[in-house]
Amino acid sequence: MNTMETMKNTNEQTKSLEDIFEAKIARDEKIEPKDWMPEKYRKTHIRQISQHAHSEIVGMLPEGNWITRAPSLRRKVALLAKVQDEAGHGLYLYSACETLGVSREELYEQLHSGKAKYSSIFNYPTLTWADIGAIGWLVDGAAIINQVPLCSTSFGPYARAMVRVCKEESFHQRQGYEIMMTLCNGTQEQKDMAQDALNRWWWPALMMLGPTDDASTHTEQSMKWKLKRKTNDELRQQFIDQTVPQADILGLKVPDEDLKYNNETGHYDFGEIDWEEFWQVVKGHGMCNKERISARKNAWDNGEWVRDAAVAYAEKQADKEVKEAV
Amino acid sequence: MTNENLIEYIYGIADNSLILGQRISELCGHGPTLETDIAMTNIALDLLGQTRSYYQYVAELSKSDITEDDVAFLRTEREYKNVLLVEQPNTDFAYVITRQYFFDVFHFMLLKELENSKNVNFQAIAKKSLKEVSYHKRFSGDWLKRLGDGTEESKNKAQKAVNDLWVYTNELFQMTSNDKIIAEAGYGVNTEDLKAEYYNAIKALLKEATLDIPEVEYFQKGGKDGIHTEHMGYILSDMQYMQRTYPDMKW
Repeated sequence: MNTMETMKNTNEQTKSLEDIFEAKIARDEKIEPKDWMPEKYRKTHIRQISQHAHSEIVGMLPEGNWITRAPSLRRKVALLAKVQDEAGHGLYLYSACETLGVSREELYEQLHSGKAKYSSIFNYPTLTWADIGAIGWLVDGAAIINQVPLCSTSFGPYARAMVRVCKEESFHQRQGYEIMMTLCNGTQEQKDMAQDALNRWWWPALMMLGPTDDASTHTEQSMKWKLKRKTNDELRQQFIDQTVPQADILGLKVPDEDLKYNNETGHYDFGEIDWEEFWQVVKGHGMCNKERISARKNAWDNGEWVRDAAVAYAEKQADKEVKEAV
Repeated sequence: MTNENLIEYIYGIADNSLILGQRISELCGHGPTLETDIAMTNIALDLLGQTRSYYQYVAELSKSDITEDDVAFLRTEREYKNVLLVEQPNTDFAYVITRQYFFDVFHFMLLKELENSKNVNFQAIAKKSLKEVSYHKRFSGDWLKRLGDGTEESKNKAQKAVNDLWVYTNELFQMTSNDKIIAEAGYGVNTEDLKAEYYNAIKALLKEATLDIPEVEYFQKGGKDGIHTEHMGYILSDMQYMQRTYPDMKW
């Protein structure tokens, strides 16, 4: 067989593997790590799952900022548990990503070097206790809207991780809303604190649903692989429609002069999002981008001797066992 | 024995859990691996959970209408009765683990005795906490062995932490006059009886961890009388910030 024929055969094999793969996805069957998959599928999944994992662990930082200052023991314990859940989500997601043939160390390296992205919302500072409520309510709320469809995504390990993540996120969202409710039922100072937090977090939360459809580069392919079921704009509308009545119950005003219920469409119309701000933060120039990455990098670098010690100790123990067996 | 005696005794136990829980909380999100981060946060959660049970009991015993949060957040520095060991800073992972291990071994022994207290509240809290603390002790002990018998760097760091924190161990067994009243009533523990067993256990583990046992002439004390190291004021200003800035509000 000459080279041309070999290439032709390989191409045909790949084509038939790809057909099997596409048919599986069309039947809503899961793709598992050992199944054949196109290289682009593998790469896209590593990118998205790791970005998601990074968002979980970077997301621990702005909320972690209030653990030592939480206003009551009950709130302190709940916040610690929430931030711990995020570490747990990071752990499942990194593990899901590792099944695609990439190590956790490589993924961290990508985060620390700025090559990998994470959710931009975590580059905003948490200034008051009300921010902890607003993050739970709005940020976890937007995250759930993004993530629920992923429970039925095509890649098995990701879909299974997301089932667990979503259960915990919806608990966090209720917890955040409850913090806001307590503030809104409190003194004027507490209400003002809640309103100020909503003012600062509302627009970044809308941006979390991603660029508008015409500016989004990955939507079409992601829809095909069930990494996405709705477009960014549809998800954003869903978030707004769901959240505005919740703000009304709290007695808070959503900081958008153009926000108005549209009887014809059955949805809220809303004002222009400041995309320049969005791209500024995505590109690394938000208030806390540098701080967040350096906190992650410090934790990793300062932990190196600890990880080395664990490896050295395990090796010594294994040697001892061998010697004892001999 | 009055309720005031009992409250004072509870501070001596529960403030350790509060301040250590607060200290460990500072580390959440900054651990050397995700797994240790999650495990240390678990320990903080357990300690803060135990603190709440004790302070709720204080609120019950108190003559005035107070809550667990008043007890946790509204005392002044001299009114906290935790030992000096637990307020020591998170200098590095070796300090964090050594501080934890030195405390956990004591904590476990104390709770074992408290489980037999004549006071049913103490019995119940001790029983629940023992399960948690036996895990803490295993976690910190295993890590101290890894650090001691790991690399040269980890051994040096662990040895330094052991040397620096050793001076705070003796205070764990100090009996205040109030402790004696509660112990004599069969409610509290005579911690002096635990000392020999404690040092035997610690020394055995340090030996296994290939670490040297420090020899010191003098130990530090003061926390049980409310005389703290300079770290304490900063821990409190952080912890009490909301309650002090916005008094009498519900959160």
